[in-house]
Formats: sequence, C-alpha cells, structure tokens
Amino acid sequence: MTDVTRRKLRVATTSLAGCFGCHMSLLDIDERLFPLLERIEFDRSPLTDIKHCGPCDIGIIEGGICNAENVHVLREFRANCKILVAMGACAVTGGLPAQRNHLDLGLCLQEVYLTDPGVAHGMIPNDPELPLPLDKVHPLHEVVKIDYFIPGCPPSADAIWKFLTDLIEGRTPKLGHGLIHYD
Amino acid sequence: MNERPSFLLDGDEVPFEPGQTVMQAALAAGRYIPHLCYHPEFTPHGSCKLCTARINGRLMAACTTPAETATEVESETEELNDLRRTLVQMLFAEGNHFCPSCEKSGNCVLQALGYDLGVMTAGFRHFFPDRPVDASHPEILLDFNRCILCELCVRAAREVDGKHVFSLAGRGLGKHLIVNAESGRLADTDVKVTDKAVEVCPVGVILRKRVGFATPIGARRYDKSPISAQALADAPRPLERNHD
Repeated sequence: MTDVTRRKLRVATTSLAGCFGCHMSLLDIDERLFPLLERIEFDRSPLTDIKHCGPCDIGIIEGGICNAENVHVLREFRANCKILVAMGACAVTGGLPAQRNHLDLGLCLQEVYLTDPGVAHGMIPNDPELPLPLDKVHPLHEVVKIDYFIPGCPPSADAIWKFLTDLIEGRTPKLGHGLIHYD
Repeated sequence: MNERPSFLLDGDEVPFEPGQTVMQAALAAGRYIPHLCYHPEFTPHGSCKLCTARINGRLMAACTTPAETATEVESETEELNDLRRTLVQMLFAEGNHFCPSCEKSGNCVLQALGYDLGVMTAGFRHFFPDRPVDASHPEILLDFNRCILCELCVRAAREVDGKHVFSLAGRGLGKHLIVNAESGRLADTDVKVTDKAVEVCPVGVILRKRVGFATPIGARRYDKSPISAQALADAPRPLERNHD
C-alpha cells in the first residue's frame, strides 16, 4: 500500500443548531470505532475539543444554521474540508429549530424570556458575547456547498457507518432501504 | 388462441387489456413505475408527474396514457429517475415536511418515494410557508403543512364518499387545499372519520386523531419494504377491471 492510502484521513465534526443526537449516533457505531480510528484521525470535534478546524479531508456537520456564529463555523469548515457532509435532519432540512421559521423572532424571544408563564424578572439575553440569532433557521446547503447528505433524526449508527466506510474506501456513499430515513 | 395486445416497457413485453393505461398494465404485470398522485381506486389525475415515462420518445404521464400496441415505454432510466428525484425535492422544499415530528412518517408515500429514489436532500431553498393547522374536527386533524396537492382526498370524497368536502383553490404558488364550509373549518363540513377521503391521504395532511403512534416508528409500512415492492403487492389483480 502506498503512503497516500495509508495516511489517516483527517476528519472534523461539529454541532451547530443541533442537539448532539447525531454525534451520539456516530458514537453508537460502538466497537466499529476501533477500525474507524485506524483509518481516520479527528481534527476539530466535540470529541477532541480542538477549537478551530485545520485542513481536513472530511468535515461532518450536525445541526442547521440559526445564528451568526453557526455561519462562521460553517464557513471555516467549508474553507478547510475537502468534503463537507451534512449529517442529520437539522443540517439537511433545518429540522426542529426551523420550526420557528414561520414565527416572528422578536415575538419568540419575548415569549420565552419575558411573557411565558413562570418567567419572573425576565430579560432577553443581550450579552455581547452571545451570537446573534438569525431571522430564519437554514439548512447548511443554503449557506455553503455541501457534498453529501445523511438524512435522519438521527441517522442510525449503521447509516453513518455505511456512509463513512463507503467514503473512506473511495466508493460513492449509498444508503439503501432501511438506512435512508428522514425520521 | 388469441394473442393479448402488449407494449414494451424497458425492453420487456407487458400485456394489457384494451382501456388500460400504461400504469395499470404495468402494475398488473408486476412492473413498478414510480407514482404519487395515482391511486388504483380513483380516476387518474396526472398532476404529480412522478410517473412520467418516455413513451414512443415523448415524455408522458404513465397514469393517464392509454396502453397501445407498438408502443415503447422507457421508465427505469437514470434520466427519468433524476427528474423524479427533482420533483420529490421540490415537493419537500415547497411545504413544511418535518418528518421527525410527523405521525405519518413511515407510512408516507412522499417520504417512501424519497427513500426509494435515494433523495438525500431537498436541494432547493426551503420555502418554510406559514400554514396553520385545522384541528376543529373532533376526530380528524388537518395539517396543511404537508399538502402536496395530489387531490386524492378530493377524488375519494367525490367518487367514493359521494360528498364534496375537499377542493383545491388558488393558482400557482398560492394553490392550496380548502374544505367545503363557509367557516372554512373541517368541523363544519359533512366529513366522517370513516370516509375514504380521510383514509387515502398519502402524506400527513388528513390524520385520524388519537391513533397516530399505535404502530411505532420503525415498524411501519415503508419501514418494512420499499414502496416499489409495496406498490406491486397492492396492485389490483387480475387484469380484468371495471372502467364504468
């Protein structure tokens, strides 16, 4: 085997407007993590706690885009990853956070932080460190080019495994019946 | 022995009875052509265009085109399946199809077509339209977010239930499902939970209340086998059909 094929692929992952359920599903490949780690190494990821993404072969993103920071992180991934993958319903469609898209953002914040029953002395958070929410939640492909999509809420461990092994082996990733799910 | 008439579907002979459409003959012969607004029990509508096939070189809806001899039909081609994927993508982008919270998930024809055709993303910019639900009826929920304007409920109400409950109103992007009541509320129509129109919705628009998760996600119709297999299992046989 040549050096090129022996070299471990560098993989970055992140969760934007997601719930980390897709990352849990990734970990759910269980003992298959060991053969996987013979082929890849992690760059920026919640699993390594590396804060910024360096040059990578594969970037895997969970969650959609709901605030300004999400946009910056997504662009950092796109700039550094040869292949960018949208993992899970939120990254692919906007998902649960996008259910606010037909509501007025100001009214949402008001209800949650000011007028909802049970809120006492409420205030809408205004710390300058907090990223500003976007008017609408977007799936990733509306902001940058996405190379592959893995739908599912979350995609099953088997779907993620099939996708990753296909990709790592140089095949076009293909999820057949039972692995492709939108729910 | 009188030879039955036939046409060629992707190179194979498919026999038909005079009066059958390309779709009816194909399904009866155990050949699947992807379809969405077509339903064997109702008059073909020909609007979703999922069943578009190349018939003697022209793109035609297989569900409305009469079967004829000396006809060559191409359906299972990369070109046509690409077009079908795009149609499914546009339907997903146009409505609010949030499968993870939809109780129709796993039984949904649109979703099952997406699975079977390998649609991984809606691709287009999502519209995220604002479509309030109608929960006025005590036994039936109307969730317009998922409507794909297939008119199956309109046809079922008219042809089977003998009622005029549903209709499509508006044109183009503004086209939407309405109910036949001055108030615009389903509760004020003569719809019954036992109506065919309630049962036939291929997506999660017309839903019976309080039965949503009787069958768990993962054990549902299209979780078990892909729609291409299910459609053939459901196809009416034998070939003899009544077309009055």
